[in-house]
Amino acid sequence: MNLSDSRVIDAERDQVWAAILDPDVLKLCVPGCQEMAGTPEDGFTATVVQKVGPVKATFKGAVTLSDMQAPESLTISGEGKGGAAGFAKGGANVRLEAQGAQTVLHYEVEAKVGGKLAQLGSRIIDGFAKKMADQFFNNFQEHVGAPVPAEDTEPESEDAPKKGWLKRLVS
Amino acid sequence: MPKDTGIGAATVRREDVRFLTGTGEYTDDIQLAKQTYAVFARSTVAHGTIKSIDTSAAEAMPGVLAVFTGEDFVEVGGNPAGWLINSRDGEPMKEPKRPVLAHGKVRHVGDAYAAVIAETAQQARDAVEAIEADIEELDAIVDMNAALSGSNFVHDEIGTNQCFDWGWIEDNREATDNAIKNAHHVTTLELVNNRLVPNAMEPRASIGSYKASTGEYTLHTTSQNPHLTRLLISAFVLGIPENMLTVIAPDVGGGFGSKIYHYGEEALVLAAAKKIGRPVKWTADRTESFLTDAHGRDHVTKIELALDKDGKFLAFRTDTKANVGAYLSNFSTATPTFLHGTLMAGNYTVPLVYVNVKAVFTNTAPVDAYRGAGRPEATYSIERVIDKAARELGMDPIELRRKNFVKPDQYPFASAAGLEYDAGNYDALMDKMEEVADVAGFEARRKESEAKGLLRGFGVNAYIEACGIAPSNLVGVLGSRVGLYDAATVRVNATGNLSVMVGAHSHGQGHETAFPQVVAEMLGIDPGVIDIVHGDTSKIPFGMGTYGSRSLAVCGSAVVRATEKIINKAKKIAGHMLEASEHDITLADGVFSVSGTDKSVTFGEVALKAYIPHEYPLEDIEPGLEETAFYDPANFTYPSGAYACEVEVDPETGKVTVDRMTAVDDFGNVINPMIVTGQVHGGLAQGIGQALVENTTYDENGQLLSASYMDYTMPRADDMPMFAVDHSQGTPCTHNPLGVKGCGEAGAIGSPPTVVNAVIDALQSGGKDVKHIDMPVSPARVWEAMQ
Repeated sequence: MNLSDSRVIDAERDQVWAAILDPDVLKLCVPGCQEMAGTPEDGFTATVVQKVGPVKATFKGAVTLSDMQAPESLTISGEGKGGAAGFAKGGANVRLEAQGAQTVLHYEVEAKVGGKLAQLGSRIIDGFAKKMADQFFNNFQEHVGAPVPAEDTEPESEDAPKKGWLKRLVS
Repeated sequence: MPKDTGIGAATVRREDVRFLTGTGEYTDDIQLAKQTYAVFARSTVAHGTIKSIDTSAAEAMPGVLAVFTGEDFVEVGGNPAGWLINSRDGEPMKEPKRPVLAHGKVRHVGDAYAAVIAETAQQARDAVEAIEADIEELDAIVDMNAALSGSNFVHDEIGTNQCFDWGWIEDNREATDNAIKNAHHVTTLELVNNRLVPNAMEPRASIGSYKASTGEYTLHTTSQNPHLTRLLISAFVLGIPENMLTVIAPDVGGGFGSKIYHYGEEALVLAAAKKIGRPVKWTADRTESFLTDAHGRDHVTKIELALDKDGKFLAFRTDTKANVGAYLSNFSTATPTFLHGTLMAGNYTVPLVYVNVKAVFTNTAPVDAYRGAGRPEATYSIERVIDKAARELGMDPIELRRKNFVKPDQYPFASAAGLEYDAGNYDALMDKMEEVADVAGFEARRKESEAKGLLRGFGVNAYIEACGIAPSNLVGVLGSRVGLYDAATVRVNATGNLSVMVGAHSHGQGHETAFPQVVAEMLGIDPGVIDIVHGDTSKIPFGMGTYGSRSLAVCGSAVVRATEKIINKAKKIAGHMLEASEHDITLADGVFSVSGTDKSVTFGEVALKAYIPHEYPLEDIEPGLEETAFYDPANFTYPSGAYACEVEVDPETGKVTVDRMTAVDDFGNVINPMIVTGQVHGGLAQGIGQALVENTTYDENGQLLSASYMDYTMPRADDMPMFAVDHSQGTPCTHNPLGVKGCGEAGAIGSPPTVVNAVIDALQSGGKDVKHIDMPVSPARVWEAMQ
């Protein structure tokens, strides 16, 4: 399955670029992430707990960054193995476009699942993947800069914009 | 005239007492002393290279006794294909090895690459999680066209994904092409025979055990044919001598073909039992059944029918791609060829048939025979294209079929697809169908449906199948690597009761009731004193098992022959007892009499004499009363039928409701009409399931998406109408002693085209020019076709 979208991040492009390479930021942004370690050069290892329909599993995965054109674009690819639950793997092409003090983050995600995840979760997997991507980028907006409402951004998740609102009120 | 006992009686199934009271004994019910449990590590990718498998963590887990990988079976044989098919150019088919556990590569999701043996199933399951397998995923080969044109191979060593390119009848190819080129009218149809998961109620299970003191192995397993399983394990896979291996298939909860075949799990539990010195049990969970039971159908076909201006059929030509999956299952090469191509003349006098079948390896579960096995695919193609031709020519679909039927005075009839039909009367079946289905009343019912806003359609089908599989000499010429006879032993005990050991296995067919009816009829005794023994290679002389609607026609004939031998010997003994020539002895109602006198002895007295041979002519007659017969049929049997279906289609939603279903079958003579009716009901339900709801879906990565009952729809009782079933028009089979043909698969063969024909008729009646919808004709597909 494929997803593509873009988000406006209320931070400068260098700042966004640095955040993408920071395992601590990634840990906060990847939904269900328990552990994230490593470096952009060597790649990251991650442990993620997720529930897809009837399948709940701990995915141990490796994430590699490639085609790095700082601070413009990179490819993130990863594979998570969930034992009996099967696997999920995918990649995202990310492009950062400076827009004044803000940055437009364009992404194209390709994901696939296998094993029990596919066998039991196929009918919900597209929706699940979209939800995961939305959560990730909402979190990313949240942690890297205050979110900016954009025309091409669907207000999919209600939690993140609310928090953003609060954050802006108190800041 | 209904009878209350013997042949023709609707005797209640005696096996149902244990099935309905929960006292059947299935493989998983069996608990052997010191039993351990096997769980398999199965590939989550459809195609991948096994780089390494590290089992050390798994071996250290609590309760783990052994871990096996493909490395452990490199030295043993593979699970073979039972039928050699030669391609059109004479080249033998490609036969890549099918190992016990995957080695080098995994080739479908669910392909087992390791197995853990542990004290409990839960411990084994946990340890499987600890196996570190580095499997590098390769692009999956799923689509058959892509498989044939690409350079990515399921089996690298054969350098192609084409197993064979088979032509039937090759000598007729040119004449068929010419007939089609020059015909007044040619109807063409492209269709898919959808892939099905067998879904036996009982998942597969096996227990291996080994006695070190004698070297004897025992395998309890869910099999439709324990002797064939023993033969395959002995001769091809593990090399265990046949006399050191007992295979027991106890009660088996349905098979539909999927339990004909030997599977790697059976070999694994035997090898593991020897290694650890304790019994090893494996029971599939439902997901494993979906992933690894041999699937059914999966043909993509283009069929052409050439007709003259009067509607006479001139030629059928088909071009089929048949998916065989990742490995060749035991009968997977016979199913799309000799069980399919040879039926492509249908019930018709068509002079020319040419069938081309390309069998294709893909990264999906193996595909093999499933209830009907090739014949549903043939019937679906033929009967759909005939329906389309009738519509194109503006002819009545029943009349078009009748115009081309083989007529009763033409038997034996040599079909254009190479078979010799021995008996049948297709017009009589059609007449009966028209009566039972009340075809005359259809228009009035259509108006009623229209008044409700529904579209009513009528579909008809005439099928023929080849059953009673099979004459060994004939199938040997055609490439079969086994003989297809069967065997029975009739043992009369001293006290007059009987044990009848049969090679056919009963897993829903009612043999335990029907076979005694035959023996009881012949001996004139109470069927209640006759017990059927099956499913244990240590108790039965031999057998080729149950499939292809063969049990009664082949094994039942062996029972007849063995019983005839019993009667002959018993007459000798009775003649001695009555001081008369055996030639003057007659048997009636269980009593041996001297013709023309009032001297007689009962069957029981003769049995006792055989085992207590006092005053017995030991120089002329051996003691004991036990006889064995092997029976090899002279020809296939040819059940046929005329089916009708009426559907209502809701034009708003595309929902199809089967409102009436009529099955008029010619099964030859009928031993137990109640069991026959039940078999037809089950077949109809499976066929309607295929037509309306069932479908197996792999995604482009070879992931099975329909791997549970959430996504694989099974037919339910409320999808079915009340069935009208008739088997009054039987024409006895001419070459077996019972005159029977076999009824197990008919319903699943005859019903899918009948349903689809009815759906098309309904849509046409509503002014929608829809010519074809592939099965399953789900609401979404019907609705889409209507737009």
